[in-house]
Amino acid sequence: MNLLHPTPPLPTLASEWPGVSQAPRHEGRAEQRVLIVDNTVDPSILKDHLAGVERIELQFPKFTDGRAYSQAVMLRRRCGFLGDIRATGDVLIDQVVQMQRTGFTSAVLREDQNVQHAQKLLTQFAGFYQGDALESAPLFSRH
Amino acid sequence: MYQYTPFDRQFVHLRAEQFRDQLERNLSGRLSDEEFRPLRLQNGWYVQRYAPMLRVAVPYGELSSKQLRTLATIARQYDRPDPALFESAQHTQNQIDAQSRVKHHPHPVKAPSLTQGYAHFTTRQNVQYNWIALSDAADVMDLLASADMHGIQTSGNCIRNITSDELAGVAPDEIADPRPFGEILRQWSTLHPEFAFLPRKFKIAISGAKEDRAATAWHDVGLFLQHNAAGELGFQVLVGGGMGRTPITGVVIREFLPWSQIINYLEAVVRVYNRWGRRDNIYKARIKILVKAERVKFTQEVEEEFTRILHDDAGPHTVPQSELDRVSRCFVAPPLGEPVRLADAAALQALQADPAYRRWLHQNVVLHKNPHLRAVTLSFKRLGQAPGDATPEQLERSADLVERFSSGEARVTHSQNLLLPWVHEESLPALYLEAKALGLAQGNIGLLSDMIACPGGDYCALANARSIPLAAHISERYQDLDELEDLGPIDLHISGCINSCGHHHSGHIGILGVDKDGQEWYQVTLGGSDGSHLSGAATPGRVVGPSFSVHEVLDVIEAVLAHYVAKREHQESFIDAFKRIGFESFKEVANQARLAPAPSTAASTPQI
Repeated sequence: MNLLHPTPPLPTLASEWPGVSQAPRHEGRAEQRVLIVDNTVDPSILKDHLAGVERIELQFPKFTDGRAYSQAVMLRRRCGFLGDIRATGDVLIDQVVQMQRTGFTSAVLREDQNVQHAQKLLTQFAGFYQGDALESAPLFSRH
Repeated sequence: MYQYTPFDRQFVHLRAEQFRDQLERNLSGRLSDEEFRPLRLQNGWYVQRYAPMLRVAVPYGELSSKQLRTLATIARQYDRPDPALFESAQHTQNQIDAQSRVKHHPHPVKAPSLTQGYAHFTTRQNVQYNWIALSDAADVMDLLASADMHGIQTSGNCIRNITSDELAGVAPDEIADPRPFGEILRQWSTLHPEFAFLPRKFKIAISGAKEDRAATAWHDVGLFLQHNAAGELGFQVLVGGGMGRTPITGVVIREFLPWSQIINYLEAVVRVYNRWGRRDNIYKARIKILVKAERVKFTQEVEEEFTRILHDDAGPHTVPQSELDRVSRCFVAPPLGEPVRLADAAALQALQADPAYRRWLHQNVVLHKNPHLRAVTLSFKRLGQAPGDATPEQLERSADLVERFSSGEARVTHSQNLLLPWVHEESLPALYLEAKALGLAQGNIGLLSDMIACPGGDYCALANARSIPLAAHISERYQDLDELEDLGPIDLHISGCINSCGHHHSGHIGILGVDKDGQEWYQVTLGGSDGSHLSGAATPGRVVGPSFSVHEVLDVIEAVLAHYVAKREHQESFIDAFKRIGFESFKEVANQARLAPAPSTAASTPQI
């Protein structure tokens, strides 16, 4: 899980899907793209359009709004998306474990958050009961 | 009962450690109150009127005697407010009491004083404390973890502690033991990363018997274990029940779900809810509102998502027989101790002629799967203590009884009592005498004075009115067990506000605290049902009319019950008579008990 400090927002363009905007990635190859997806969007509509997409940014308008967790799960499990899934918005250190477990690979922490502490929290638990984006098998099926 | 594995034990300790870090950051100002709030709630910590409240998870109500002793220790050592805080709280409550008293009432009644140093059994089979200082919170969580307990997901907008039948595993009418499934679902829902910030709280109940003792249809998800035509075990799945401001009972969205698919299916239900549940209005955020508005579409979407989980994801949470077997092994009947017989033959003979003992046998003792055993309820509904409240001594002495009479196992019941599930039939006389000595042998289980009540406005910051004084008035008025027995089974449920922790919607007689012009008033509903055989299909009661003052409520109850006694036929129960005679007739009688019209101000908006 890549924990990042806030950066200026990318200039974005509308896309063919409502609730989804896109931005060219500044560095890297020109054809690589970043999609910015509202948390009201069903990510399965993107399934056949993810070629060349390097990163998908999912949003937490408030840290208590948990819709993006399901979106991340859908992108990993149903859309087979292997690129970076980034949490943006009201991202707090006490939610980074949930983000990591639902398939996020990076998170832009809110400005006042302590990145070192967040790193520590990522490894606090030795394991969990249910399967997740990192380990699809639940505890009872692991061998 | 379930035995913690090394993983389970390490997990609750790590959870306590995680909470300690969050608490320390909050207390030192590095984590704001607003951001700490959902974290503490998901560990069972509320902030109440005067002090924090801790809700301890008791999965499906099951407690060992050792856990009872730990709960007693917490009550004794930590449920101790600063004396100045306690005094000022009592002062405030006295003022509320003085304001709410009706002048020149023929029977002025005074509220009981606040209490401290005790635990409280809740309708969702959990245990609560009202006075633990937040600065002690992390130590209390460590203590709980040392006894294989925690407060995980007893509050917050997540999947809550799962409730079940208090007679699970011992009921003669049982189809299958719901506890292994409760435990499998507990583990699945514990710290589920995708479902920690749902639109609103999410409660699951499981019933495995013919009689529904879990108010199953009143839950966000209600599960009834059953066999299909082929003899396979599975669940009937109900979704969308809930109390609160909009009382609705759940609807069947799946007639039969194979037991092995329960997690996969619930994952689909909760995922669809997480996507579509309303987040713009807290009063419309429960799944019941979504299901009510879009039942067909909701069901279709759940089924589609379930199919995708099975086919696209290969159903990773399909429960193998080996896992059900592993968990079920924890729930086999415990080794039974020797019966405890009364040595004194004369005392035994005297007891058998004692009407109070016979009443206790009739009301508090029920049959068991094993014909040599009985399940016995210790009544925590007695004069002088709030419904469901237990002192440390009562908890410890109950733990003694649990060890000597019930193989070390007890259950917190939905109606806020403590049940001993493994009692030898021959031990009943000795158990009765010992329970009586503790003041826990009132033969009132299922009767009017076995009322359900939330802590109400004495403790809870959400409450619009106090529940405990009202419960005390009713207990005082209805002490005569002959009268109570004659009135028969009656569900009296009291909630201090519309959040409905006291389940007023499902009471035959329901009482709801409302606030009008800063004063306490009570709305009365009649004819509600929790879904038991006695009460019929789960349904909310109907409102009698404008609210009543605290003094009028007692008169209303008396009038309603007198009407029942006058009109009943044969052995007809209150609820049967109510259904036959009709709401209007009872409503008229209730309204005649009114002293003066209530102010017309609408009930104030509850906060959560």
